[in-house]
Amino acid sequence: MEKPVFRFKVLQIITLFIFISSILFIVGCGEDKNQYDSEGNSNQNAGKSTEANESGLTDFELKNGIGPIKEIIELSAIDAALVKKGEEIFNSKCAACHKLDERYVGPAQGDLLQRRSPEYIMNMMLNPEEMYKNHPEAKKLFTEYLTPMPNQNLSVEDARAVLEYFRDVNK
Amino acid sequence: MKNLLKNKFVISAAILIVAGMIYTGCENVKESVSGDASSHVYVAPGSYDEFYAFMSGGFSGQLAVYGLPSGRLFRTISVFSQNPEKGYGYSEETKPMLMTSYGFVPWDDAHHPELSMTDGVPDGRYIFINGNNTPRIAKIDLKEFETTEIIEIPNSAGNHGSPFVTENTEYIVAATRFSIPIPNKDVAISSYKENFKGTISFIKLDKESGKMSLAFQILVPGFNYDLAHAGKGPSHGWAFFTCYNSEQANTLLEINASKNDKDFVAAVNWQLAEKFIAEGKYTTMKSRYFHNYMDESEQTAKSEEMTEVKVLNPENLPGLIYYLPTPKSPHGVDVDPSGEYIVAGGKLASLLPVHSFSRFLKAVEEKKFDGAINNIPILQYDAVIAGEVKNPGLGPLHTEFDGQGYAYTSAFISSEIVKWKIGTWEVVDRIPTYYSIGHLSIPGGDSKKPFGKYVIALNKITKDRYLPTGPELTQSAQLIDISGEKMKLLLDFPTVGEPHYAQALPADMLVKNSKKFYKIEDNKNRYVTKSEKDARVERSGNVVHVYLTAIRSHFAPDNIEGIRTGDDVYFHVTNLEQDWDIPHGFAVKGANNSELLVMPGETRTLHWKAKDEGIVPFYCTDFCSALHQEMSGYIRVSSANSNVPVTFGTGN
Repeated sequence: MEKPVFRFKVLQIITLFIFISSILFIVGCGEDKNQYDSEGNSNQNAGKSTEANESGLTDFELKNGIGPIKEIIELSAIDAALVKKGEEIFNSKCAACHKLDERYVGPAQGDLLQRRSPEYIMNMMLNPEEMYKNHPEAKKLFTEYLTPMPNQNLSVEDARAVLEYFRDVNK
Repeated sequence: MKNLLKNKFVISAAILIVAGMIYTGCENVKESVSGDASSHVYVAPGSYDEFYAFMSGGFSGQLAVYGLPSGRLFRTISVFSQNPEKGYGYSEETKPMLMTSYGFVPWDDAHHPELSMTDGVPDGRYIFINGNNTPRIAKIDLKEFETTEIIEIPNSAGNHGSPFVTENTEYIVAATRFSIPIPNKDVAISSYKENFKGTISFIKLDKESGKMSLAFQILVPGFNYDLAHAGKGPSHGWAFFTCYNSEQANTLLEINASKNDKDFVAAVNWQLAEKFIAEGKYTTMKSRYFHNYMDESEQTAKSEEMTEVKVLNPENLPGLIYYLPTPKSPHGVDVDPSGEYIVAGGKLASLLPVHSFSRFLKAVEEKKFDGAINNIPILQYDAVIAGEVKNPGLGPLHTEFDGQGYAYTSAFISSEIVKWKIGTWEVVDRIPTYYSIGHLSIPGGDSKKPFGKYVIALNKITKDRYLPTGPELTQSAQLIDISGEKMKLLLDFPTVGEPHYAQALPADMLVKNSKKFYKIEDNKNRYVTKSEKDARVERSGNVVHVYLTAIRSHFAPDNIEGIRTGDDVYFHVTNLEQDWDIPHGFAVKGANNSELLVMPGETRTLHWKAKDEGIVPFYCTDFCSALHQEMSGYIRVSSANSNVPVTFGTGN
């Protein structure tokens, strides 16, 4: 009679262990999500290179995104012609989902340069699929906004023009 | 020990015998399908097929695309028939494609796909197909697998002998199956011999723009013109047309048009025709026909009404046409890769004549004529023939070539493909088809350099090969390996509509030209909305224009008010996406036409009549994203005399 009871106890303990682990896991996920709710915190998170380095990205990629922009770009005084071109591209290819001053399908873009590096902004425009897959910041945004940003097939020049527009509206 | 050994021996023997039985059993099965057929037609997930075959959809009026060797159907291209799946022939932008001199004709009987060629080899730019019923030729652009041009053929009563291209696609030819009075008029049918004529048409393809135009027509005796092929290499500059009913019967043709021992292959010197045109030796005939084309930048089909055509009459233009006598109601006429041999299959013939182009030229030079019809000389059969294939099956129809010195002829009545050697004319192999094969197709098999490897049997009847589905059974094609000495059946596969004829290309020729999306900057559609900011609703009397944008996963506007009963509403939907494989659909509840399918960067327009007061939903039909179900909107319809103002918006 003793033995079966013992076995039952072992089973109970294992079940309990699994149950507790699951709760811990779920809670862990929940905490993660809460932590990333506010997009304003994202720059701080990017600083935590130990956590993010688990994703196998270089420090440059962590700060500046994954994509065709692999070096820091030189920014000089704002170029009005480029701003105009960028605004046109933004209105045609981006404005269906992004407003400058309020959250829409995607985040507001008016203060983008306070949150992201210019290189990160361009890589996110040029390579959204890989960013969602591999970059911790982009992954966080996806869990918050749920709609992945489509690739609008901008050229590097187009993306640079849109960046100039963001610089202008962020003055 | 002895027993043990004995047992072991017995067991081994038993295993051997059973294995042998299994093996032999397999062999028997293999014989009917030959070898490990399944591994030859297996294409691993994610891999392309080696070839893609464009098969006519027969009376479905469409063109279907299948992978070879898998036989997988992966695309139906809308050509002559409206197709609600893509909104083709329903959207305001595509409706003009189906305009004809008979009005809007949303259907046809599509028979012969023909790839454009450069230097006698398929070049992967276009594929053409004929509308047999309302005489038309369509051009499909292989960048996008869409019909971009349709030209009507006037003075034709059935565009069967079409569309076959010359060596560099200088021309696409078309011959009328039925003769009629030209110009058409009210006569007694019994006055056939006196009043009925045929025409052969040459459609020019502009080298720069790729646009088709009707260059000229040749007025020919009132026979039934059946099929054609252009010459190549030494015979470049000529085109060959079969004709039957040289008896000129107008009733019970199955008897009355089968009396003559020989009908003809008409050899037309089109380079000489060009010269006659340049010299002004033509008459201009009033003829009404339509030319429809998709304006690439405006993304809108346009219909031009044409009013006249240049006509050549061979009666007074010696050298333009010669007749090559050909036994028993010839059907297919096929030119071998060298351009020297012209094979003509007689529907009722028991042998297959092969004409020699060089002998033909010599016979013309030496005037080896056997009379004339309307001043068109008939050559002596013996003076032009290169050889006869004996016992080519019953009812030989069509021949294609493998580029290795062999020809393959389909035989309808005996349901088989017969392989024979060019030059010796001896039959070297034959394989049954299931059943009643019409055309056959080898990739590049009518060109100077066939790709070879397979022949597709395009069958008319399937009987017991497939699940019975009531009185109408599926149509089907069969894939046969021709890489070895003996032909091997690999696969049966069902097809959409009658797979009348097919042409196939290697996958890499299609991949390199493929378009991924339309650049929104280049969209010059009259009703484009390039930015969500410009999305709007405009009323003008009872006509309302809704300028809509679509992007994952919403429409702008998605709430529309101020529509009144009786309004004609035009939804101009622009897909703002700039990524591959992201079309959006657009469907309105109760629409009497179809949905729209709008490619990335494209604008398409749906007309909708507001009939009843109430709320009408619209939504995206093509599953575009995780939130596709959310991609929807509402239209508020008020009474005809309502004061509800026009308002619209998204997200407010």
